[in-house]
Amino acid sequence: MIYPKSLIIAVFVSFFIVFAQACGGDDTADRTSGQAETAEAGLSEFELEHGVGPITERIELSDEFDPELVEKGRNIYEMKCEMCHNMEGRMVGPALGDVMERRSAEFVMNFILNPSGMVREHPTGQELLREYMTAMPYQNVMEDEARAIVEFLREYNELN
Amino acid sequence: MTNNKSKTLRGLFLGAGFIAIAAFIFTGCPSQQRMLDTGDAAQKVYVAPGEHDEYYGFFSGGYSGQLSVWGLPSARLLRVIPVFSQDPETAYGYSEETKPLLETSYGFIPWDDSHHPHISQTNGDADGRWIFINANNTPRIARIDLTTFQTREILEIPNTGGNHASSFVTSNTEYVIGGTRFSIPYEEDLDVPIDSYSDAFRGALSFIAVDQQSGRMELDFQIIVPPYNYDLGRAGKGPSSDWVFFTTYNTEEAHTMLEINASRNDKDFIAAVNWRKAAELVRDGHGRTMPGEFYHNYYAGKQGYAVNDVKNGVTVLDTREIDEDFIYYLPTPKSPHGVDIDPTGEYIVGGGKLATVIPVHSFSRMLEAIENGAIIERIDGIPVLDYDSTIIGEVENPGLGPLHTEFDGQGYAYTSVYISSEIVKWSLETFEVVDRIDAYYSIGHLLITAGDNVNPEPRYMVGLTKTAKDRYLPTGPKQNHPAQLYDISGGRMQLLKDFPTIGEPHYAQAIRADKIVNQVAQIYEMEENDHPHAIRRIADNRVERDGNVVRIFMGSTRSHFRPDNIEGIRVGDTVYIHLTNFEQEWDVVHGIAIKGANNTELLVAPGETKTIKWEPKRTGIYPFYCTAFCSALHQEMQGYIRVSAADSDVQLTWRTGTN
Ligand code: HEC
Ligand SMILES: [Cu+2]
Repeated sequence: MIYPKSLIIAVFVSFFIVFAQACGGDDTADRTSGQAETAEAGLSEFELEHGVGPITERIELSDEFDPELVEKGRNIYEMKCEMCHNMEGRMVGPALGDVMERRSAEFVMNFILNPSGMVREHPTGQELLREYMTAMPYQNVMEDEARAIVEFLREYNELN
Repeated sequence: MTNNKSKTLRGLFLGAGFIAIAAFIFTGCPSQQRMLDTGDAAQKVYVAPGEHDEYYGFFSGGYSGQLSVWGLPSARLLRVIPVFSQDPETAYGYSEETKPLLETSYGFIPWDDSHHPHISQTNGDADGRWIFINANNTPRIARIDLTTFQTREILEIPNTGGNHASSFVTSNTEYVIGGTRFSIPYEEDLDVPIDSYSDAFRGALSFIAVDQQSGRMELDFQIIVPPYNYDLGRAGKGPSSDWVFFTTYNTEEAHTMLEINASRNDKDFIAAVNWRKAAELVRDGHGRTMPGEFYHNYYAGKQGYAVNDVKNGVTVLDTREIDEDFIYYLPTPKSPHGVDIDPTGEYIVGGGKLATVIPVHSFSRMLEAIENGAIIERIDGIPVLDYDSTIIGEVENPGLGPLHTEFDGQGYAYTSVYISSEIVKWSLETFEVVDRIDAYYSIGHLLITAGDNVNPEPRYMVGLTKTAKDRYLPTGPKQNHPAQLYDISGGRMQLLKDFPTIGEPHYAQAIRADKIVNQVAQIYEMEENDHPHAIRRIADNRVERDGNVVRIFMGSTRSHFRPDNIEGIRVGDTVYIHLTNFEQEWDVVHGIAIKGANNTELLVAPGETKTIKWEPKRTGIYPFYCTAFCSALHQEMQGYIRVSAADSDVQLTWRTGTN
């Protein structure tokens, strides 16, 4: 398509003004340094407690551990998580041996399924990123696999 | 800006022809540098930061041996895929996984000359599953997978000298074709006097079958033909889908000073091969097995080491031994170079390199001629059809040295013209030139978006030229080859952009990005890693010794290796470092480089395992580090290997994280 140059310039100029405003001051600060108040304001109560991501409802957990699910979770954990997390003591990321005491199952699943969203939008995620200075990657884990990892972490927490 | 030098040259070449062309001046002749208003041209090639191009362009690297990938119309270089030449950047041809790909019956070959990339087709349109490309020098065909953009397979072609007429596919990728440029003594390693050419030398046309699921190639059969030079080939389309066409030159059978000796005959041939019939003859047992060693190299699984499958012998059909006709010679003026089939499958266009016209044969007339027995002679059993019975048009005033033709699907053909350095557009109805435009300088192939498909897309054309001279800032006596992007969506061709490329962009193809983009892999999935030396759990990182062979099973993630402290390696050991990248995030790559290693770095994509062989020659502490800037703590991603004397008793140990 061919537009007259004056029109293009006009469009450019107006874009520039909009962007210049958008780029000034507070807005950027929110996104990069993550001011908790502003971010919190945008999150629902569920999200504040259970994280942002594909898990938007409470899931059912029974008191008994499903051994098959635990085994599946262990295999995925050893392949896709263990190089960054210890059960005890800090490594690339925080220790996960007691994470099921600190966090809800939904929170952990959202962290696995949406790590970049969590560190961008969730106050706890923002804090963790500031502390660990490496962004946890999405490890190509499906929802049922994240559920299995939760089962494995729950059992570990129980036994240790 | 016009170019005086090229104008003068053209004046000289065209001479009297110029007067005739001048008659067309108002319909667009002679050719000229015609550009849109600079601003409009810039807008047409402008793709905003973060936006994607409309087309993928796959440009052969010519004497670089590789295949480069470009975004069109912006002409941004997206990637260079190593194919026939070693690439230290990616360790292609250096890593243990890829070294077998470059093995041949002549041993390991680190280089070749890659000419004609061709995208796999379904019903005559490019489908984006694979792209094939030929090695010209030591005859081979490679298959690149267009999900990972990785060379997956290389097949050597026996009985061939210069696999130039390759690697074009048939309409449904049933076959990839090959043809010998040099005729050679056809029994393996025949040691004969060169002047026994006409008796002892023969040509071979190759038919490589493609498995539709895996893409795996297999040399199905070869046709043994008279000792000419077989130059280029193309498959038919639609009604002519069962046929492939090869050009020949040197029907004079010269073996020295071809420049003169192979340019004597008025006409050479286009060979029309009914491949379906040939394949049936092979199935019915009309072939015989000719000995000949050749290598077939491929990955048997998703990952791991490429394997060498060494073959012995190929089925051949010899026209002198078979009564049935399945190949015909169509006389075609003066050393034709390209042979290109129009989108309807009816017109067979020859690029009469030394001819004064572009000859166009008709496929339906060819069938009639065969039916009516319009045969003027037989050469080694091959019927030669009468020129007048197959020809349907001759395009006059095409310029000097017409080579290759592509199509826009709207009734026009575009032919590259080497000596007068231009592209001519002509009508498939009137066979008259309607437009012409300059090329900078000396054009070889050209591409039109989907321009060799049944359904071409009349958007862009790229001219692939052979010398840059004054086009860009000078960079010494040898400069990179240029390419020019033209807009063909309007009535007349318009130059949009002129850009330098990689190696020699010999031929190229463009496919609409939306045909490929959704299939492109972002990671190698850990679950599917079938490399025999991968580690699938980081806890399995370890070092094993077996005699003098030490294997380091190492894992990487941002920002560390495991293990990263290794002791107990000895001078005289052969050390294999198997590095598995545990990342599962797109484009997070880790590398490894070891001080003093007589090899390359490794670059390992997410979820991939790669191996480098290291033979330390001196004792000492060897630092190693990650070559990919993978994270904020990239500079911390390092380790040490201790190498002791051959007779030392330092225990083999490895660790991570315990200071
Ligand atoms: C490349 C290293 C890396 C990998 C791989 C990784 N993580 Fe993390 N993880 C981190 C880091 C770093 C953090 C802290 C948040 C941040 O900086 O992104 C974190 C945070 C977490 C948290 C939040 C902990 C808390 O205290 O709230 C959980 C849960 C978690 N990871 C689970 C996993 C699981 C499960 C996997 C495997 C599917 C995994 N991680 C893979 C680095 C990693
Ligand atoms: Cu790294």
